[in-house]
Amino acid sequence: MGLWARLDDVSVRYGPKIVMQNLTLDVVEGAITCIIGLSGAGKSTILRLLNGLKKPDSGRVFVKGREITKMRERELIELRGTIGFAFQFSALFDSLTIGENVALPLREHTKMRDEEILKLVTETLDSVGLAHVLDRFPSELSGGMVKRAGFARAVVTNPQAVLYDEPTTGLDPIITHVLTDTIVKLRERLNGTAVVVSHDLESIYMMADYIAMLFEGAIVAYGTVDEIRRSPNPIVQQFLQGSEVGPIPI
Amino acid sequence: MKVFDEVGRGTINAFAYAGGVAELLTDSLRFIVALRIRVRETLDQAYLLGVQSWAIVLLTSLFTGMVISLESAAQFASYGVSNLVGGAVAFSAARELGPMLSAVVVAGRTGAAIAAELGSMVVTEQIEALLSLGLSPTRMLVVPRLVALVVMLPLLTVLAVIVSILGGMWVANIYAHISTESFITSARQALPFEDVLRGLFKSIVFAVIIAIIGAYQGLQTRGGAAGVGKSTTGAVVTSIILIFIFNFALSYILFGHS
Ligand SMILES: Nc1ncnc2c1ncn2[C@@H]1O[C@H](COP(=O)(O)OP(=O)(O)O)[C@@H](O)[C@H]1O
Ligand SMILES: [Mg+2]
Repeated sequence: MGLWARLDDVSVRYGPKIVMQNLTLDVVEGAITCIIGLSGAGKSTILRLLNGLKKPDSGRVFVKGREITKMRERELIELRGTIGFAFQFSALFDSLTIGENVALPLREHTKMRDEEILKLVTETLDSVGLAHVLDRFPSELSGGMVKRAGFARAVVTNPQAVLYDEPTTGLDPIITHVLTDTIVKLRERLNGTAVVVSHDLESIYMMADYIAMLFEGAIVAYGTVDEIRRSPNPIVQQFLQGSEVGPIPI
Repeated sequence: MKVFDEVGRGTINAFAYAGGVAELLTDSLRFIVALRIRVRETLDQAYLLGVQSWAIVLLTSLFTGMVISLESAAQFASYGVSNLVGGAVAFSAARELGPMLSAVVVAGRTGAAIAAELGSMVVTEQIEALLSLGLSPTRMLVVPRLVALVVMLPLLTVLAVIVSILGGMWVANIYAHISTESFITSARQALPFEDVLRGLFKSIVFAVIIAIIGAYQGLQTRGGAAGVGKSTTGAVVTSIILIFIFNFALSYILFGHS
């Protein structure tokens, strides 16, 4: 299996606060990689590094072998057009309908005619079970539906990879199951790569090909689901068991 | 020493702010020159802006025209030159009050709305969502608002000038028995047409200030709903101060030698 992306010796600071220090992570192409870690560990920041929304203070980021940390804004904009990003709170444009939200990247980046766009948008919304809400506004939808609409907008341009930020956090078990299933199906349909940030262990066990655990600015464990579950690392075990006792300070 | 530290930091922040604003403005101008303007969004914004502000502009300029007329009628009458009241009202309305009043009203109304709207788009990650789709927030959001303001504020200024002159004429007539004809003749003599154009030029500059400061403050928003509030008041205060400063500078340049 090839590599889709690589964070190489990356450090990130916000003011005086060090979020990542000399972190290295490989993202396997065509697989679902889940990133776990405590709140505030820097999981969302990893996703932003992968599509160039955030530049590291030091280190390099590669996507498909190209060093994106060297790219100019113009090239980055082009790159971002080929990577889907599903935000934690969906970040749908609240002045646009669901259909217009999903259509926006097509309208702006392609020469497709209106009927073609409508057809593709309807298909994509259908694939996340939302074809019936095309003309509704985001504020009129439930949490799970908004999440799925965010997925649809992220995948409608057929991206090489999709980045999901906490896709199931705060949702009920049934919707969680549906969304997890959706991520797996979309990955298969696009035949691309997915990176999912989550604390939801059950859904991670269901979908992950690889798991990386982020702790105190570094990746402390990486492997397949089985490898991580059997990891002897006390940090990993404490996190997986949700225990108060162990090396993770509370 | 602490004082110097703070002054130093304040100066650096002011430079950073000015730099950021200048960058946003050049970015916007680049899209405008390349004619990459989203027409639909621009028309929506222009309509919204007109609807939001015309009534306040009308009221404030009506009463201001009336009060100038009231004050100058009393003064001028005591010197026996009450036939000059029309000139005084028209002169100050077209050169100073019309552009200023409409700019201040629009800064409070639309400048605040721009900052609040973009600010809440920052805190709900909608700006990052645009970037992640490979779209420029400047082109998608800032340029339409800038163009809409540059078109609409001069129109509102024309409204303000006309209404304040009419208000002044009415008061002069009732209060000082100055006839409409005499008022208009005096207004015509005191106010060359170029002055009206210069007043409108001012309002274009004010429109740029309001749009860019509002957008910049909005896009710089940090820290949730409280941050949006801060950006909004910051945008109004900063743009009103800049409007006053630029008004003086522009009056000096445009009218100073006439
Ligand atoms: N724009 C920002 N300014 C300052 N600090 C930030 C910013 N974004 C993130 N941080 C800080 O960086 C750390 C990592 O953030 P994030 O990547 O969002 O963590 P996670 O997604 O794992 O919860 C957090 O402690 C957060 O407070
Ligand atoms: Mg996060």
